Amino acid sequence: MCGWREWIWCIPATVAVVLVANSGAAQERPYAGIGTPLSAAEIAAIDRDVRFDGDGLPTGSGTVAEGEELYAERCAACHGEFAEGSGRTPALLGGEGTLATDAPARTIGSFWPYAPTVFDYIRRAMPEGHAFSLTSGEIFALTAFLLHINGIVEDDFSASAESLKGVRMPNRDGFVMPPHPTAQGTRCMQNCRKEGPRIAAEAPVTMEGIMTGDREEQP
Amino acid sequence: MQHAPFQPGMPVGEHPYGAPSPFMRGVVRRWLRGMLPSRLTNVAFTPLAELEGIITPNGLHFERSHAGTPHIDPARFSLKVHGLVDRPLAFSIDDLKRLPVVSRFHFIECAGNNSLNWRRPTTNAVQFTHGMLSCSEWTGVRLRDVLHLCGLKPGARWLLAEGADGAAYARSVPRELWDEALLAFAQNGEALRPEQGFPLRLLTPGAEGSLNVKWLHRLEVGDKPWLTREETARYADLQDDGTARLFTLVQEVNSVITLPCPEKPLRKHGTHRLSGLAWSGHGRIAAVDISFDGGRNWQPAQLEEPVLPKCLTRFHLPFTWRGEEMLLQSRAVDEKGNVQPTHAENLRVKSAKQVYHNNSITTWRVMPDGEVRHVRLA
Repeated sequence: MCGWREWIWCIPATVAVVLVANSGAAQERPYAGIGTPLSAAEIAAIDRDVRFDGDGLPTGSGTVAEGEELYAERCAACHGEFAEGSGRTPALLGGEGTLATDAPARTIGSFWPYAPTVFDYIRRAMPEGHAFSLTSGEIFALTAFLLHINGIVEDDFSASAESLKGVRMPNRDGFVMPPHPTAQGTRCMQNCRKEGPRIAAEAPVTMEGIMTGDREEQP
Repeated sequence: MQHAPFQPGMPVGEHPYGAPSPFMRGVVRRWLRGMLPSRLTNVAFTPLAELEGIITPNGLHFERSHAGTPHIDPARFSLKVHGLVDRPLAFSIDDLKRLPVVSRFHFIECAGNNSLNWRRPTTNAVQFTHGMLSCSEWTGVRLRDVLHLCGLKPGARWLLAEGADGAAYARSVPRELWDEALLAFAQNGEALRPEQGFPLRLLTPGAEGSLNVKWLHRLEVGDKPWLTREETARYADLQDDGTARLFTLVQEVNSVITLPCPEKPLRKHGTHRLSGLAWSGHGRIAAVDISFDGGRNWQPAQLEEPVLPKCLTRFHLPFTWRGEEMLLQSRAVDEKGNVQPTHAENLRVKSAKQVYHNNSITTWRVMPDGEVRHVRLA
């Protein structure tokens, strides 16, 4: 039917086919074509996260001894010579047995559930403000050192993708997934208290000395 | 600077962007010395007592960052989406603006709001009890539209949202939150402020502030949560028995009186307007009750329109004061029936050492001289 003599009949048919094809695409994926495809190499360059189970750990390794040296150079200034913390900078060790007390110390050794996330956090956030500045070997070494000073691995430990997946953290089972209970109040309107109220505690009257941030003070 | 009445004022265009009146100089974000490790990882609080309505001016939106506020050139920025998708794609800001754009009014509240007052009242100012709370009209594209363009693979259940800041701040976002989530590039009509994630942030309405990843440059779709340091060692709620609750993401029903408050004492006898803010990560505010006698008797406040889901709601109640001591409290109820708990009710299912998610009723003690103090009742 679409021979050269009958070409005039083919125009509407062609238009219809094109319209149907386009509308089909539009329904399935509107706005298709927006966005630039990412190559495997482009993804590899930005995909630097490490999951709790070690998925994403790179090749390479680092020892406790190497980590000790690096710690002194790159970490001790803020976290303290013995990783004991300094000011509001957190301690990186200790705290065993404190989680159920009134003074919980949440450290790598006492609290963190998975060793690979130590690698992940150093890689993305340490030293402060310098994401992704350390090499994989350096991060493995620091992870090995931090696990060692928390008594989790021996001093001959070498951290690698394989060995970190095998580390069992002391508080591995200390975390609970949702659903969690929610606290509920009571909507009473009249005579809702049997006794009191009594003032149990009062905030210090002035915030001066700790409160900052007036425009004049800001650089 | 002050102009005498009926004299010429500033030339037109003197401040090309605009600035508040010089008489409003004290209305600023403030931070607390010694609260967090450094100026790079800190929080600056919104001056709630100075605000009206429900919108936080962009310059006063609370700030919380983990490695400072970067300035990112949008011309060299893209959002990369990869992982369990059929088509890994990068989107420039201009690409995103070709997609359907929506605007939504939502609060953002830091999980640590009111955390300084779990054990006892320590901050005598509403700026520092509840100032990690702000509300904006956010504009952006729907996360689900972008994920649809990339094509989700079977098993897609979580995504990792990563910021381009100096902490490469990263959080796992469960699929339940994807439908409502926005990729926001504007707040209150203008581009995001640097402190709020310019040029792009994640917005997860009703969820804790820290999930709303700023400077958002990468989304990786996966089948499990990542359990990053920021969702285990931090932002998990430690309980009395030593276990910690993961992914306590919803900001529960909450409210606070902003007038009067420690920063806004009563100066005259007679009729006053009580005012404050209520909010819930579960939906709309249904009611706010006010007590003047420390929770013995309550009366409903008037809610100011609009009342929107997962958004701040302003409430008012006129009252008369003749110099008597009062114990002021507000109690919010949301449309799902959640009732804001007292401190004691909160501690029935939570721990005072969990740091995060303190939505307890706050008490302001009005003294005979009109000064207002933050107190805890028994």
